[in-house]
Amino acid sequence: MSEDVVRVTDLTRRYKDVTALDTISLTFRKDRIYGLLGRNGAGKTTLMSVLTAQGFPSDGTVEVFGEDPYENEAVLRRLCFIRESQKYPDNFTPAQAFRAASLFFEGWDQEFALRLAEDFQLPQKRQIKKLSRGQLSAVGIIIGLASRAELTFFDEPYLGLDAVARHLFYDHLVRDYAEHPRTVVLSSHLIDEVANLLEHVVVIDRGRIIMNDDAEAVRGSAVTVSGPAGVVASFVSGREVLFEERLMNTASVSVRAQLSVAERREAAELGLTLGQVSLQQLVVHASLAHSGGGMAASQAAMSAFEAEFTEVSR
Amino acid sequence: MIDDSGPIFLQIAALIENDIVSGALPEEGQVPSTNEFAQFYRINPATAAKGVNTLVDEGILYKRRGIGMFVAAGARDRLLGRRRDDFRAQFVQPLCMEADKLGISRGELLAMLTAALDGAGPEDALNTDVVSTRGRQHHE
Repeated sequence: MSEDVVRVTDLTRRYKDVTALDTISLTFRKDRIYGLLGRNGAGKTTLMSVLTAQGFPSDGTVEVFGEDPYENEAVLRRLCFIRESQKYPDNFTPAQAFRAASLFFEGWDQEFALRLAEDFQLPQKRQIKKLSRGQLSAVGIIIGLASRAELTFFDEPYLGLDAVARHLFYDHLVRDYAEHPRTVVLSSHLIDEVANLLEHVVVIDRGRIIMNDDAEAVRGSAVTVSGPAGVVASFVSGREVLFEERLMNTASVSVRAQLSVAERREAAELGLTLGQVSLQQLVVHASLAHSGGGMAASQAAMSAFEAEFTEVSR
Repeated sequence: MIDDSGPIFLQIAALIENDIVSGALPEEGQVPSTNEFAQFYRINPATAAKGVNTLVDEGILYKRRGIGMFVAAGARDRLLGRRRDDFRAQFVQPLCMEADKLGISRGELLAMLTAALDGAGPEDALNTDVVSTRGRQHHE
């Protein structure tokens, strides 16, 4: 069996009158890539802070590599947390930040860091405070990758990075992970972009876990049925409707279902078209449903929600 | 390429099958490693491995310990047999249904098919989209 790197039991984190995490239990297994997804303010960063001992549990227990991470140097050296707005000492240059990281992380690969800096076109001798937002993000990504920490958290690591640079990050992540397997927790709004990199998906909403599943299982859990409205309606009747769209007499309805070969054939014979529902749509639906939407979320709410999810911070 | 049309591991399996059917991956030839698939398609290596292992379970690929993954003898014929079975459901039936919808008569349809068969050179035949969806379900 694979070994658990993180084990969280009934974790609650309260700030004055806000419960940021509400009796969360989860495990992260060794050498997997996890997606930690959810809306802004859902509790993702709070969870990562507690796991990296930058915040404490109000209640419940947290074990990282089998131990309490708090003030535990042996544990902290094995993990790396790249925050959305990672801070560095004011007068540091990227080269100095890499040097500091090399002293802390046992698995640091300086040659890899330099190669990444070149790929991201990062000026290494410029003071970090004079870097652009995107270059600052690149510093964090390089440290996160080159540290090769056994447990690496990336919390929205791409602020200010354009699509080209983000894909550079995804390419390097897959390649380096394949050669040096480790546990990676990637928190992202850009679900469509990262979906194929993830092995497992954890979705948090308002401090609670609302989805914790294998990414492929989530992807295969729903299907979109399109065609003449009446035919679609009778085909999907009795199934849980996730969302639906209608234009004149044509309907497109997404239902929770794994269709059998016979059902697929029947759909084809009825003139219906079957399509897959993306991981992002399923995550958005789960969040909407948890926020107390109706049975089937209206398409307008869905779009607004998806826009919020995919909004790229500039 | 990988799209939203279904579980990724099935798409990987289908891509490998296509290469076996087309001859790009010969029998007893070595298949790229799961890491190579992961990097090329930018997907999780575990997912790529699941796709490859699906074909190992079906006897289409086999493992040589410490060396890699190879195409089994007879794999192409077996895939061709399966695809021929699927051909009716995937292509012929929809063709007939669409013809019926458009009011194309049996005679007209047969004439069109004959003309297409006569007129289509090997070039055109090769250009038809062979990237079919896998004609079976993801069994879990």
